[in-house]
Order: sequence, then C-alpha cells, then structure tokens
Amino acid sequence: MDLGFTEEQEMLRKAAREFLAEKFPKTLVRKMEDDPLGFHPEVWKQMAELGWLGLIIPEEYGGSGSRFMDLFVLLEEMGRACLVAPFFSTAMCTLFLLDVASTEQRQRLLPQIAKGKLILSLALTEPSGSYEAKGISTRAHPEGNSYLINGIKLFVHDAQVANYLICVTRTDEFCPPERGITNFLVDAKSPGITITPLPTIADDKQTEITFENVKVPAENMLGKLNEGWPPIARLVERAAIAKCAEMIGGADWTLENTIAYAKTRIQYGRPIGSFQVLQHYLADVWTEVNHVKRLVYYAAFLLDQGLPCSKEVAMAKAMMNDVYQRCTHFGVRIHGGIGTTRDHDMGLYYRRAKQAAVLFGSSEFWREKLASELGF
Amino acid sequence: MDFRFTPEQEALRKEIEEFCKEEAKRAPPWWGYRVAPQEESEEGWAYHRSVVEKVAQKGWLCLPWPKEYGGQGHGPVEQLIFQEVTAYYRVPAVPILFMQVAAAFLYHGTEEQKKEWLPRMARAEIWWAECLSEPDAGSDLASLKTTAVPDGDDYVINGQKIWTSGAHHADHVFILARTDPDPAKRHRGLSFFVNKIGPGIQFRPLLYMNRSHIYNETFLDNFRVPKRNLIGGLNQGWYVMMAGRNFARANIMFPVQGKRNLEEFIEFCREARIDGEVLINKPPVRQKLAEFVISYEASLKFAYYVAWLQSQGKDVAAEAAACGWFASELNHQMANFAVETMGLYGTLKGTKWAPLFGKFQDLCQWGCGLSLAGGTTEIRKNVIALQGLGLPRS
Repeated sequence: MDLGFTEEQEMLRKAAREFLAEKFPKTLVRKMEDDPLGFHPEVWKQMAELGWLGLIIPEEYGGSGSRFMDLFVLLEEMGRACLVAPFFSTAMCTLFLLDVASTEQRQRLLPQIAKGKLILSLALTEPSGSYEAKGISTRAHPEGNSYLINGIKLFVHDAQVANYLICVTRTDEFCPPERGITNFLVDAKSPGITITPLPTIADDKQTEITFENVKVPAENMLGKLNEGWPPIARLVERAAIAKCAEMIGGADWTLENTIAYAKTRIQYGRPIGSFQVLQHYLADVWTEVNHVKRLVYYAAFLLDQGLPCSKEVAMAKAMMNDVYQRCTHFGVRIHGGIGTTRDHDMGLYYRRAKQAAVLFGSSEFWREKLASELGF
Repeated sequence: MDFRFTPEQEALRKEIEEFCKEEAKRAPPWWGYRVAPQEESEEGWAYHRSVVEKVAQKGWLCLPWPKEYGGQGHGPVEQLIFQEVTAYYRVPAVPILFMQVAAAFLYHGTEEQKKEWLPRMARAEIWWAECLSEPDAGSDLASLKTTAVPDGDDYVINGQKIWTSGAHHADHVFILARTDPDPAKRHRGLSFFVNKIGPGIQFRPLLYMNRSHIYNETFLDNFRVPKRNLIGGLNQGWYVMMAGRNFARANIMFPVQGKRNLEEFIEFCREARIDGEVLINKPPVRQKLAEFVISYEASLKFAYYVAWLQSQGKDVAAEAAACGWFASELNHQMANFAVETMGLYGTLKGTKWAPLFGKFQDLCQWGCGLSLAGGTTEIRKNVIALQGLGLPRS
C-alpha cells in the first residue's frame, strides 16, 4: 500500500502549478471567460512544448507515454488554476483515440495532437441531456463511401476552436440503444455544421452543434460500425474521474484560501477563524474533501491499472459533486460579501463547482448507476 | 499510488476471516441484532469472553505490541485489517479499553510493570473498566476532581466517576485522578492508576435510554491502590492517557459495523413492501441507499488512509478526529433513515412485527451515544480546526 503520489508526479505537479500561476493568472482566467473562443494560442503552444498535450500519447507517436494517474495530477492543477482552454476536451478525445483508433488514424492524429496542432472536441450529448446510449438520436446514414450526419449536439465543449469533433451517432435504430452507436471523426469545418455558443454559469465554452447532411468519409469511422457505445461508456467513466481531478484541485484551492482568510480577517477584534461556528464549518468541509479524495484516488488508481471500476467511478463522482459544491459554498460564505463579487476569485470556483457537478454524470445519475451495479 | 495490500496482509486477512466465520457460528442467535450485545446479558458476555480468549490464544490480542512482550510488532494497517474483519463478522476482538491500557503500559510503564501486567493481558486474564469521566468533567476531562492521596504503600482514591462502560463484567479498573490539587496547568496534576476491583469501589447501573445496561456510575470511597500501580510517574497521567488514544487512531469499526447494518437493510428493502410498493423500487430510497453505500466506502477508505499515514510516521490527530466523527454521525444518520423508511414498522421492538428484530430503532438511540464516546463530534471538530487547520483558539 502506498497512498501517496510518486516523486515524478509531485515534480509534474510543482512544474504545472508554477507554470499556471505565472502564465494563467486569475486576470487571464476572467479575460478568457469573456473571450468567445476561450483559447490563448501562446499558452497553448507552451503547454504543448511542456509535453502536456502528448502526456498520455505513446512515445512512438511523439508523446511521453505517461499514465492516467499522471494526467490526473495535471488536471488537478488545471482545476486549481481555473484554466480556460480546450485541454480537457482534447485530452478526453485523445483517451478515446488511444482506445479505438486504427493504426492509420493514430499515425495521422496523435503526433499532431502532441505538438499542439490539433484541438479535439467530444460531441456526445444532445438535447436529451443524457449520458446514456438511449439519449443519442443524431443519425449517421451510409451514402456511397461516406456517411451523412444529421442531428443536434448540445453541451459540447470547445467545438468553437476544435479542428475535429468526435461525433457519437446512431447508425441502427432497430436494436437496443447500446448496440446501434457508431463514432466518427468529423472535420469541424465541414459544410453543414453550425456551431452556436451556449453560455453557462462557468463560462466554460459549451456549444450547440447542428449537423445538416454533414458528409464524413467512411475511413473516419472510429472503431467499428454499431459497436461504438462501449468505448464511449468507458470514456464517460474516465472523463468523470478526470473531472473529479479538476474538482479536487478546486476544492484544495478553496480550503487553503478560505482557511487563510479566516486566520487574517478581523472582526470583533479577533480573527474570524477563532469563532467556533466557522471552525466547525471548515472542519466539516475539510473532513468531507479528505474523505471524497480517497474514493476519487481509488477510482483513478483502478482506471490507471485498467481494472474494472464502474462502481468505484460512480461512488467517486457522485460524492465529489456534492462535496465540491458544499466546499465552495462555505468558501463563499466564510469570505462574506467580498466572496460574492466578480473581482474575487472565490466565485470562480463556486460557479465551476455547479458546472462540474452535472458534467459526466450528476450525483443522481451515478447513484442510480451504483444502485443498478449493486443489483438493487 | 497503489491501493493493494501486500501478500502477507492478504494472508493475514484470510486467516482472520476463517477464524471469524467459525466463531460467528457460535454466537447467540440475537447477537447481531443488538448494539452492545456483550454488555447486555450474561449469555452475551460469556460468548464475548470465550471468543476473546481464543483470540488471545491465537496471539492476536497483542498484534501491534513489540515482540519482546509477546506481540508481533504489526503496524497500523495490519491492525486495521484485523479490526475490519472482526467487526464485519461481529466477532468480539480486541476491546478498545484493552488497547488503551496496553498502550499506557508499553509507552509509560516500568519494565517491572510491563512484566507484571502485559503477559496476563495477552492471555485475556484481565478485563478492564475505564474510570476517566466524572459528572462534572466530560469533554473537559482535565477538570476532574477525584483525588489520590499517598498513604503508606498505597494511594487512597476518593471521588465519583461516570460512563464506566462494562464495569459489571470487569475485574480491573484504570483511573485518572488528581494528585496535585494546585498545578500550574490543570492537566499536569493528574496521575494514572491501575488496580484490581475490590473494597472501596462500587458501581451502580446507569441505564441507556433503551434500557440497556452498558454504562455505570462509579463511587470511589477510600479505594486503596498500591503505589507500584501508578503508571508513568506522579502527575504524568494526562500523557499516559493520551498515549492510549494515539495507539490505534484510525477507527474502522464504526464504518464496518455500519456497512454491515446497511447491507442488511438493503436486503430488507428488496423484499419489504410498505404501502404496496417494494421499498427498493422507490427512487428516493434507492438514491439514499446508494448515498450511504458511498459514504461508508469513503469512510472505510479514509480509515486505511489514516493508518497508512500513521505507518509513515505522520501525526494524524486531525485525520483521526475526522475519521471518528464522520463515521459515528454516518451510523446515526443511517439508523435514522432506516427507521423512517420502514414507516410505522420502524419503531417496533420485541414483537414478531418488528423488522430485523427492532435493530434500527435501537441503533438510532445508540447513535446518540456513538457520537459522544471517545470525544464528541464537536470536540473532534475542534481538534481538526486547531491542530489540523491551525486556526486560532476561540
């Protein structure tokens, strides 16, 4: 049993923290929140140079062949920094490609991703608002050597800057929903695609994408015809835990800064952190954050090892959603009036907690999944 | 990061599991449905005692002790494995008081005291009762008033103690008493004694709200303790007591007991219909059950994390406090939820209509006590705030 991070992971964490503190200060976070693209080409380039975009890409394709747990550490730091960039989207699509892409597709895409030349976006969810196969109704019809895609994708991150979309489509309607799904790599500039921004609480660059007879060559199919759901289900699990990594980073920032504030803010002639009511709020949140970390790290460990972990992922994301929201709520509360302002950083985390809690499965979704997994 | 146990730890778990499965078969049929079954009846006590004696024969009573005193020098993780398995199978194992006194001897006893007491403890020949709290000294233990005054070869102890769990089955006591009436700091004038129960000490049952006889009041009236039974030196009692608290910090018994109870309740919900519908099919019930499964898993994992930190030589005062309050409150919440979910049936006891023999109505009463024992939830949160987060004193 070794419940700590490795020395290499701690070095990666330190380097990432320093880089993001310097290159992505909160002033830039706010600027990027207001920026319709949410993309800073110079920082992106530097992130690629640091090897972050190729972190999980095998060496033969120009990456460093690191593991899921390494990506997890990096994402914790990005969550802590409130990074606004298409990194999460691209990293999740990379995980997907590593799972299903053919050798030819790998050769074509992975080196470019590692260099920071390609941004990818996962076009999974739809107006159904579902992370289940039954929620997918965007259609892909074969036509000659191509497929024609029609439908609406919603809540899609970073499509506005993406080179490619990984589009989850229905290719067979006359079978159980999980069996008729096929995934395609779609050029985001293809004729028939319309991308509209979708403003959110976290200003996190979601979009609506309409597909109108979008023609995709058959060779852009990722994985096999009608067998596209299981890899997407696997990706949703990994994305849920990757999202938890960002949430942990944000929760740690919130705790550290709220505790520091409680020690220095003077009211009634003494630090507000000396009042037992606030001490107990902080003790509650600290306890919960430290508990949920154990579930999240365990799920991340199982994913890293390629072991089955549906129950563990469900438990981790369900609890993380609740804990991160409570943590940031108390963060704002202890900061008082200043914590409610646009100028103060606390609100950045509060808003992100609300957003993260519904991405890749709400608490209710995962609790129901867990109940089914446990056979009740 | 690696969550796997070593092959030795897995083998230990397996061995303990096999032992527990066998011993669980001998338990009285009502054993699993009571919250403190060893205290509540002579039959329960007899079973408890006989299993602990077997545990002693296995050498497991003193797993963490150094080898020179008959232990196996096991670390916190191995201790937790032992606690986890025995608690899950509801098999009596190492009583908490036993651990506390053993730690007092190991860290603060003289060589002579260790040789006199530890081998007998390892053989399960001594059953302890705790005389720490007093009617006016609960969370604020250092304000206790019981006095110990030297007289010849003895100390003479006078005062009143309370919450003396299990005294009605014990043959020995350990006592924290004031030996300096006017110290510079209150916790400096206390001393820690052990002794056989005898003339001058009397116990009176103090029934729990559900009528269970678990606690006692203790009256010390010129109770004489030989001077050689003072542990850790005069006026050092506070530190002797704290050694016991530090010994096995991660508490996994609460979450394991709760997890097992939850499993039983989930089984019940699969079958039971209330108001025409099977409970498990009701979405709010499913959601809440899943939430409890998650919380218990977090609690178990966190306990192992605390043990691991301790095995790395870290100070875990705040983590241990978090571990304790989270699990005890969780057990209480779960019991309350079960009682409510069972509706009118939930409060029944002692009738054939009582689901699970009325266990959960018992547990929701017992939950109040759990979040007090060994430090209230509020005291534990103070420990987190002051020692863990470094917040200023109020």
